[in-house]
Amino acid sequence: METLWFILVAFMLTMYVILDGFDLGAGIIHLLVGRTENERRLTLNAIGPVWDGNEVWILAAGGTLYFAFPQVYASSFSGFYLPLIIILWLLMLRGLGIEFRHQVHNPLWKRFWDSAFSFASILLAVFFGAALGNIVRGVPLNSDGYFFEPLWTTFTVVPESGILDWFTVVLGLVAFFTLTAHGANYIAMKTDGEVQTRSRSIAGKAWWGVLVTSVVGLIATSSIKPEIWTTFTEHPWGYIFPVLGVLGLAGMIIFNVRRQDTRAFLSSTTFIAGMLASTAFGLYPNLLPSSIDPSNSLTIYNTAAQAYGLNVGLVWWIVGMVLAAGYFIYVYRAFRGKVVLPAEDAGY
Amino acid sequence: MEDALLINRLQFAFTIMYHYLFPQLTMGLGLLIVILKGLSLWKKDERYNVSARFWAKIFAINFAVGVVTGIPMEFQFGTNWAKFSTFAGGVIGQTLAMEGVFAFFLESTFLGLFLFGEKKLGQAGHFAAAFLVFLGSWVSGYFIIATNAWMQHPVAYAIASDGSVHVNDYWGLLFNPWIGWQYTHNMIGAVITAAFVMAAVGAYYLLANRDAEYGKIFIRTGVVAGAIASLLVAFPTGDGQVQNVYKHQPVTFAGMEGLFETKEGAELMLIGQPDMEKLRMDNPLYVPKLLSFLTHYRWTAEVKGLQAFPRDEWPTNVPLLYYSYHIMVGLGTIFIAIMLVSVFLLWKRKLYATRWVLWILMLAFPFPYIANTAGWMTAELGRQPWLVYGLMRTADGISPTVSAGNSLFTLLGFLGMYFVIGVLFLLLVIKKINQGPESGAATH
Repeated sequence: METLWFILVAFMLTMYVILDGFDLGAGIIHLLVGRTENERRLTLNAIGPVWDGNEVWILAAGGTLYFAFPQVYASSFSGFYLPLIIILWLLMLRGLGIEFRHQVHNPLWKRFWDSAFSFASILLAVFFGAALGNIVRGVPLNSDGYFFEPLWTTFTVVPESGILDWFTVVLGLVAFFTLTAHGANYIAMKTDGEVQTRSRSIAGKAWWGVLVTSVVGLIATSSIKPEIWTTFTEHPWGYIFPVLGVLGLAGMIIFNVRRQDTRAFLSSTTFIAGMLASTAFGLYPNLLPSSIDPSNSLTIYNTAAQAYGLNVGLVWWIVGMVLAAGYFIYVYRAFRGKVVLPAEDAGY
Repeated sequence: MEDALLINRLQFAFTIMYHYLFPQLTMGLGLLIVILKGLSLWKKDERYNVSARFWAKIFAINFAVGVVTGIPMEFQFGTNWAKFSTFAGGVIGQTLAMEGVFAFFLESTFLGLFLFGEKKLGQAGHFAAAFLVFLGSWVSGYFIIATNAWMQHPVAYAIASDGSVHVNDYWGLLFNPWIGWQYTHNMIGAVITAAFVMAAVGAYYLLANRDAEYGKIFIRTGVVAGAIASLLVAFPTGDGQVQNVYKHQPVTFAGMEGLFETKEGAELMLIGQPDMEKLRMDNPLYVPKLLSFLTHYRWTAEVKGLQAFPRDEWPTNVPLLYYSYHIMVGLGTIFIAIMLVSVFLLWKRKLYATRWVLWILMLAFPFPYIANTAGWMTAELGRQPWLVYGLMRTADGISPTVSAGNSLFTLLGFLGMYFVIGVLFLLLVIKKINQGPESGAATH
């Protein structure tokens, strides 16, 4: 049962990164692909009707983590205090950027919110990557199951490191380039003309960034946390996840060159899913490894809620997910196809 | 440690009070928009449709601020109240996760369709989208009240060997006896806010001699909904909620009412200042024996005062608790008066020409916000010194590793950010009101 909830939490976080990931990517490239007001409205209308629903995945994932593994929720959220609150502020700024921008027809107002939207998206991508890096590297958990990390100390990977050290920054860059390419694929798929051409070109360039940073990140991970491969050697079927990731990575550039945007988008989706699944597989059964003493690590076994709650939770979770899947299919179908700009007073 | 506790409490209090300014309008206006949309379908009158669209624009701005200020709430349970989360996550994690899965997905999906999909959906479909947005916001409210109700009156749990609590009766948690009155009282309070806001905009249009047709619709809808809701918030829901407090948190009740000594035939305090040194009310103005009657329906029944309980179980801030409760009840009484006068004049077909009442309606809209906030302050201050009533003290719930300096940094950040958001929100809403209901209507 604990293993199942580990998978479900990982699944929800992956859904978040895939879905809100393209919103963030769209934010990162927003100023580059849209030069005129109408071009910028294209990007915003492409994500406008869906970004809020996409963001809900992180709230739902957080809630699920909270009831399934309360100690992990408490320990990680208090330990990552500053970066998490900063992420909240950035999420707020991003949301307001999208929702407030179109309320006033004034060039300065729009320029301000365009920049805020883009700035917040860039930092969010880097912070999310760095957060993943922290979990992979481990945090200084004490024997009570708590820790606190400052934003940075010396940028070296030591037990008393900060949130940002060279390793987590590398993973932050992986996330940045990946979401840039992912968002560019999405925008290319949803638009025509100049915006589409520019998005394709950015997706192509970002791919090289993904490739280089991923290779560096992979080597770094293997040298800092060689244990991550133990689960794979013990259960070789798990290699399917990194293989999926590599296939996705290859698909991203192949379909980009062929200008098949939907397939390129599906490839970046596969890449993200493959990489996150590989990480989760390597971490299992740890949820938050301790960098001080492995016996302090928070695992699914020493933090899970009791069986009754997990069993009942599964019933409503399945019902809720079926409903949510229904809404998502409905809304994505309703807004399917290329974005058509609505009149100035409607839409984004 | 003392500093950290105070700052964590201040940050939560500030962010939750600020946040709740928005959902109360979302939930109340959600219902009123469904009513306007329904009227347009039923009466085949396009003016109701234009009205619904106008309020949808304000709803959208309000909803966006509600969403962005809501994200920090769930997160703060982990960031600032880690010990509490470890202790109680096995219970309230359930209700909070259910809010995300059942309410947020619903709301966020259909809001987009409601705001931008009128043409695609057709009128019946658009009505359905409005209804689903309303439903989502009320379901969300239910799970939050269920969470709070458990903290006020913990039920359906077992204590594990490590001291943490875990749910052991799912339906018991969702149908906690505390929920019924608290939920209905709270939701009707939200409808009052929306009714006053709608009536205020209507009164403004009439007094400013513009958009009179719509002004009348807004006043009519606001005043009728406001009158019904103002009555229901007092009785039976408010009364029922007070009975709950009296039964399960008698010491809180004594603090709310400003009753220091146990008495047969206790008085109902109307005005007065609690003196915590001499343990009595200064300048009291009261109705003799009424409190005994209201609680027991007997004039001479005994009601326990604060002094019947050990001092370390008293609410930590009795005067603020007492004022919050009395401000809420006092304003609630005034709302009934304003709304009944307005409805009477509406019935006599004189309301739209009675300028002094229109002035009152136009200026009264901030007070339901104050009353709703004061009501929540009563609930939360009344629960002190407990974080989970009878199980965990507030002082024991904070994150052990987050220093006071770090939480002060984020508290200041929230203060600054929310100030800017508030200014922008007012700017945008005033702009929409000034543009009027017919602006942009042609593009739909």
